[in-house]
Amino acid sequence: MKSITRRRLLWSVPFATAAVAGGGFWAMLSGLKSGKFDPHEINTPLLNRPIPEFHLDVQPPGMVFNPIILRQINKPILLNFFASWCIPCLLEMENLQKLSSQIDIWGIAYKDKPENAENFLQRNGNPYRYLGNDLKGSVGIEWGISGVPESFLIMPGGMIRWHYPNPLGEAAIHQIHSLLRKS
Amino acid sequence: MLENILSPEAGHFALALACCMAGAQFILPLIGVQTNNRRLINLAPALAWGQFIALAFSFACLVTASICDDFSVLNILQNSASDKPLLYKITGVWGNHEGSILLWALILGICGAVVSSFSQNLPFSLRARVIAILGGSAAGFELFCLTTSNPFKRIWSAPMEGQGMNPLLQDPGLAFHPPILYAGYVGFSVPFAFAIAALIEGRVDAAWGRWVRPWTVLAWSLLTIGITLGSWWSYYILGWGGYWFWDPVENASLLPWLTGTALLHCALVVEKREALKIWTILLAIGTFSLSLSGTFLVRSGILNSVHAFAADPSRGIFILILLAIISGGSLLLFAWRAPNLVQEGIFAPFSREGAIVLNNILLCSMAAVVLTGTLYPPFIQLLTGQSLSVGKPFFDTTLTPIALLLLIGMAIAPLLPFKKARWQPIALPIYIAGGLTVISAVGLYFYAYKILPAIASGIGIGIIISAIIDFIRKITLFQTPLKNSFHRLLGLPRAYFATHLAHIGIAITTLGIVGMAFSQQKIVEIHTGETVHLAGYEWQLSSIQQGIGPNYRSIDATIAISRKGKAVTWLFPSQHYFPRQRQMITNVAIHTNLIADFYVVLGEKRGSNNDPLYILRFYYNPLAPWIWLGGFTMALGGLITLTDRRFRVGILSKKTRKPSTKAKQA
Repeated sequence: MKSITRRRLLWSVPFATAAVAGGGFWAMLSGLKSGKFDPHEINTPLLNRPIPEFHLDVQPPGMVFNPIILRQINKPILLNFFASWCIPCLLEMENLQKLSSQIDIWGIAYKDKPENAENFLQRNGNPYRYLGNDLKGSVGIEWGISGVPESFLIMPGGMIRWHYPNPLGEAAIHQIHSLLRKS
Repeated sequence: MLENILSPEAGHFALALACCMAGAQFILPLIGVQTNNRRLINLAPALAWGQFIALAFSFACLVTASICDDFSVLNILQNSASDKPLLYKITGVWGNHEGSILLWALILGICGAVVSSFSQNLPFSLRARVIAILGGSAAGFELFCLTTSNPFKRIWSAPMEGQGMNPLLQDPGLAFHPPILYAGYVGFSVPFAFAIAALIEGRVDAAWGRWVRPWTVLAWSLLTIGITLGSWWSYYILGWGGYWFWDPVENASLLPWLTGTALLHCALVVEKREALKIWTILLAIGTFSLSLSGTFLVRSGILNSVHAFAADPSRGIFILILLAIISGGSLLLFAWRAPNLVQEGIFAPFSREGAIVLNNILLCSMAAVVLTGTLYPPFIQLLTGQSLSVGKPFFDTTLTPIALLLLIGMAIAPLLPFKKARWQPIALPIYIAGGLTVISAVGLYFYAYKILPAIASGIGIGIIISAIIDFIRKITLFQTPLKNSFHRLLGLPRAYFATHLAHIGIAITTLGIVGMAFSQQKIVEIHTGETVHLAGYEWQLSSIQQGIGPNYRSIDATIAISRKGKAVTWLFPSQHYFPRQRQMITNVAIHTNLIADFYVVLGEKRGSNNDPLYILRFYYNPLAPWIWLGGFTMALGGLITLTDRRFRVGILSKKTRKPSTKAKQA
């Protein structure tokens, strides 16, 4: 009799696992209803925080930068992750060119070979004041990006004021302007 | 005329009727078995058929409403339009949430009817319980359809025109992907019903295994075809150049496939050796539960996925309750009853059974990894509030080593006999296949300098070689006269070919996946007339034309592909703009020579109107078609097993032995 109880306990493990999962689903569903749980939300953990540490490789034709240079800026800059393999980045270029007359834009070529990114900038124009290359994508991880293109507005002293995980369009440019006016 | 008989109201009524009959099909036979009332037991097949006929009528009503453009039905209004081609008016019925649930219920109804017709030689109590459990699950789904997702809902003051269907879904590949996939999911309800019935009876034997096997094989084959079609669709429609994206919905279909594959092998051991019974029962419950939870996760909106069904938490709660009753109830029953099952069939670790245990461990580990990767983001968000995503890198690094072990096992296992294997008889084929595996892996490594693809393709080739050697030895080719070999060939059971065919299918898919790892691509922005060089071919954009289709406007490009000046083929990628949905669809152009795919996607138009530039993506995908070829080969293997002698003989003996059946059917 003892052994059958033990075996019953052993074979209850699948039920227990399913029950835990079911409880979790129940909590998620009630969260969905009350609005506390949103699976489509994009995380912006770095917002209003200082910039993270990172190391970039050289990306011709620009000058490379590091966290020390980025902390020494005396006016706001826009940091933009891009890649030559990314079609939305190509579409964003036109807006970046326009913006570059109003604010300094620093670029990071994400998971891209330096020669490909260089050709890309030659073809489509180079709006970037400083450039770096993140072939392995480790800098992207430090900054918590989920894809390209993404942009960050960085304030003097290296504080991240704004994070935009999409190609910059009219609405986003409007947001940048209003943030710049406030500062 | 037809739409008067098959009106939405009649369909709604038929659905409610089906739901009542399913409820009766669940309760009456169970009471009958308990009280030994034969009259109630004998009602089971009739109720299963009645439920199926009512569902078929209901489904016909929905299809009729769609064909006749009855926009007073909300579901048709939201998903159809009068200018939609007829094929998509029919297939569009299951392209949305409500219709797909009705289709799901219909397939469950078909399963119930077929089981009740083909099970006359089953012990009568087992048969009644199996049909009852199928009825119970069907009742749950029909109730779900009636209460939260009624496809027949009318709206007052019907508009003249519907809102149209997502143009992405207007594709023949997608028209048949959902029904086949659902048939696969729902097919696992039969092994599930047999598992529950066996738990209630407290008895599992070889006859039980012989019954569960064909249903598992059928469901598995359909699921394989469904997944293959879905993957193929995403490859040629979405234009991302990939074939599997580790999207939660894809994972939800992969999970029952992995456990279903384990079940397939495990049920074989029950059938032949009466071992691994408890484990087989657990797999049968688990596989159907995973099929159900896949639907739940997709329809509830919990997972962040590209497969956007209109997510609705109240529907989610209904399915969760249904899931709690079906899966939770059966797992509880399992925990209570499984320890009483008697284990028989002793076997040595080095035997066919031992290999199947290893196969089960590996497949279930893979399923556990996929499940973890899929559920980790929502659970972490629930616990910590942080959102994160788990993607390709996680799945690739964790699944590849397990998959490689599984592939090695697959090359050896079919050579092993049941009960106890000896090394001597299988040494030669293993040495030959292993040697060729190592040679091809090393060769590929020095050709491409990628270690994992080289190993994987080496093992893939090894599986095919070992199957061929085994085949040659079985028919004693080159050892005895050809006539004798031919006789032996005819004498081989079909299941033997099926096993090897399915395994070769896996090997082909593996080679295809490896080939895709060497895919070359280029994204360019060019004028008409310009040429791009990729993978040793010249790809020229020769012309761009504008056109008008039945419900869209199009831009068509012509790409000429040549090698060293000699024309290879022409490709016609295009973009279709659907004004009603305001949606742009890119039509990928693919040319395949079965060794590689030429794959072109036409992107945006840039530059001024006088000097237009076009963004084009060119892909050269080696061995890409093998991925799906392998999938279909696997499914073909499964379908051939179904025609094997021992399953056919079962049906035959039923006809001949009819008068003496113990169950007193007549």
